[in-house]
Amino acid sequence: MNPALNPPLSNPPVATPYFFYGLAAIMIIGGILVITRKNAVHSALALITTLLAQAALYLMLYAPFVAGVQIILYAGGIMVLFLFVIMLISIERQEKERPFNKQWLVGMVAAAALGGLFIAVYTTRTRGSVLFPPVGRESYVEGQNTQGIASLLFDLHSGTYMFAFEIASLLLLVAIIGAVVMAKKRI
Amino acid sequence: MHDFLRYIESYLGSDKTPGTAGNIFWATVYVLLVFVGLSVAVIAMNWLERKILAHMQVRLGPMRVGPHGLLQPIADALKLLLKEDIIPAGADKVVFWIAPFIVVLAAFTVFVVVPFGPTHAITDMNIGILFMLGVSSLSVLGIVTAGWASNSHYPLIGALRSSAQMVSYEVAMGLAVVSAILMTSLNATNTGTLSMIGIVEAQKAEAVWFLFKFFPLGIIAFTIFAIAMVAETNRAPFDLPEAESELTAGFHTEYSGFRWSLFFLAEYSAMIAVSSIAVTLWLGGWLRPFPNLLQGPTWDLAFSLVPGLTFLFLGGMCFYNTARMPKHPLFKVQTVGLAGFGTLLALIGILMFLPPLRDRVGDIFWFSAKVAAFMYLYIWYRGTFPRYRFDQLMKVGWKVLLPTGLALLICTAIWALRAQVWADVVIPMWTGFVDRLRSIF
Amino acid sequence: MTDISTLHYLVLGAALFLLGVIGVLTRRNVVIVLMSIELILNAVNLNLVAFSRYWQSIHGPSALHGQVFAIFVITDAAAEAAVGLGILIAFFRNKETVNVDEVNLLKW
Repeated sequence: MNPALNPPLSNPPVATPYFFYGLAAIMIIGGILVITRKNAVHSALALITTLLAQAALYLMLYAPFVAGVQIILYAGGIMVLFLFVIMLISIERQEKERPFNKQWLVGMVAAAALGGLFIAVYTTRTRGSVLFPPVGRESYVEGQNTQGIASLLFDLHSGTYMFAFEIASLLLLVAIIGAVVMAKKRI
Repeated sequence: MHDFLRYIESYLGSDKTPGTAGNIFWATVYVLLVFVGLSVAVIAMNWLERKILAHMQVRLGPMRVGPHGLLQPIADALKLLLKEDIIPAGADKVVFWIAPFIVVLAAFTVFVVVPFGPTHAITDMNIGILFMLGVSSLSVLGIVTAGWASNSHYPLIGALRSSAQMVSYEVAMGLAVVSAILMTSLNATNTGTLSMIGIVEAQKAEAVWFLFKFFPLGIIAFTIFAIAMVAETNRAPFDLPEAESELTAGFHTEYSGFRWSLFFLAEYSAMIAVSSIAVTLWLGGWLRPFPNLLQGPTWDLAFSLVPGLTFLFLGGMCFYNTARMPKHPLFKVQTVGLAGFGTLLALIGILMFLPPLRDRVGDIFWFSAKVAAFMYLYIWYRGTFPRYRFDQLMKVGWKVLLPTGLALLICTAIWALRAQVWADVVIPMWTGFVDRLRSIF
Repeated sequence: MTDISTLHYLVLGAALFLLGVIGVLTRRNVVIVLMSIELILNAVNLNLVAFSRYWQSIHGPSALHGQVFAIFVITDAAAEAAVGLGILIAFFRNKETVNVDEVNLLKW
């Protein structure tokens, strides 16, 4: 951590561990509800809760613009799309069938292997010291987050991601055309 | 007691909103004030809508419940609270119960960043306008779940139509908002701001409401937003999904009593919220008319007398109508009630002449007056325009407002940065082209 | 309680990723599989933004590369959700089922 770039914050964060653990609990419970509910609308509502808690976590990580984008796009756009499709498709179905598919046992074994991998990675100690230093005390200039992201995306002379931005717009155009063509009744 | 008063005095002299200053006590006080103010505003809107619509249709509206129907909203609220709570058979109880709360949550959370004055906001997030647009788009989720949870055809179709309409007009709103945000970046450091208080400060610094900036561009942006905001809140003339003569009240058909009143509360709060966005972005927020042109202590004094004069005028109208009440013993209670209401308004008006209150209330008054003008426009539209059919509605949203918004955004961007565009883009392209021609011949 | 370090956010991201993978591999309803994919993408976003915070502490307050990447991931997730649900609607129109086990037209 570079001390020259990290002056003490004028507005130090308040009650951070409580907020973090509370939001993390909401996210984990929401995730578990998403993958275990039989009713697709209940899963969608649980996913919305998870997404909103994630937006709050982005605010804790001093990323307000990404939090705003998450609320507008994910919770207010993608989840509305999901709810539309659920209502158009599942309207006649009685969700009284069993929720898990035929290969659930193999799936659980694979997920357990992945879980073991994660645990192995995150409990590695590099000679007894913690993997990363504490977050939340580093440099943050109030009111410069959006401008910083904009200068990375759009600046004429130093915009690293300008090309990626244009490609992303092209990707969205292709996705719109693709979705319209896929969902049309007669091409 | 003295320490408490000194604490209040010391706080009122600060130059930050309670959220940015990290002051939890004052933030809670402001939250309660906004909540109470919003409830009073919704009740007033209910009464105003019925009376103004009635007068536009050459009739009188509610006159019996209290003098000139002033107690009608309270009677309506009591009726709704005491009504039987019916849940349709086969409806998903949990989702049916949550849906109104999602809509109310979305409609009320928006007011966290609404600026009633330079320090009179609950907080000043530096992504203020982004937050407002995002949270108001969460109400679509509540509407969709409400329609689905009712387990009935009309609400489902109404919910799908309503949410399709809201999502379509959000795009046009976003484009109009972005072109207004572009105008905030014309200051010394060439950085704009998304914070609501920053936008109004930018209008003050550039000495012009963004409505009149770059002459037709500001007005076109405002028009796009004004149309889109009426469609966003499902109000006439875009109220096909919820009008009573169409889909039997659309997504809130199966909701009765208190749950319906939650939807109603959320709809009026959303109206006030998007009007606040329009007022902040284009109409100068809390600034009094001509803050830069008519400067100086005498003009400040003159404009700061306006709130008091307005309330005195309203009180005077109440007294005038008291004099016009029929002189019949059955009307005694109403006459006395109206006179009492008039006295209350006149007292508030006189209170607003006192110097400590006069200086602080001015910002809130001008902001509320502008929002009230928008509320009157909403009611005027309802009384005047016929309803759009759904396909016409979607056509207007996608085929008219969206291309206009895009063209407007491009024109605003080019005009705002015209010097830079000329020097960095046009001149090099032209000289490169001329050099290439010269190297060929 | 201890200070919240980057590691806390990474472990939370890993837990969400694991939940998403379980959802993708074991659920029958295609829509819920797609929602689990959104969970996975969100876990990745959380990692990116946490690392962007860590990078800011080393390289100054304008080193926001992780956040820009997270915005791109959100954009991609929107595009992919739209196309995926379009495919789902087209499939549902033909076969009247949203059951993953019955998506076996190309099975030999």
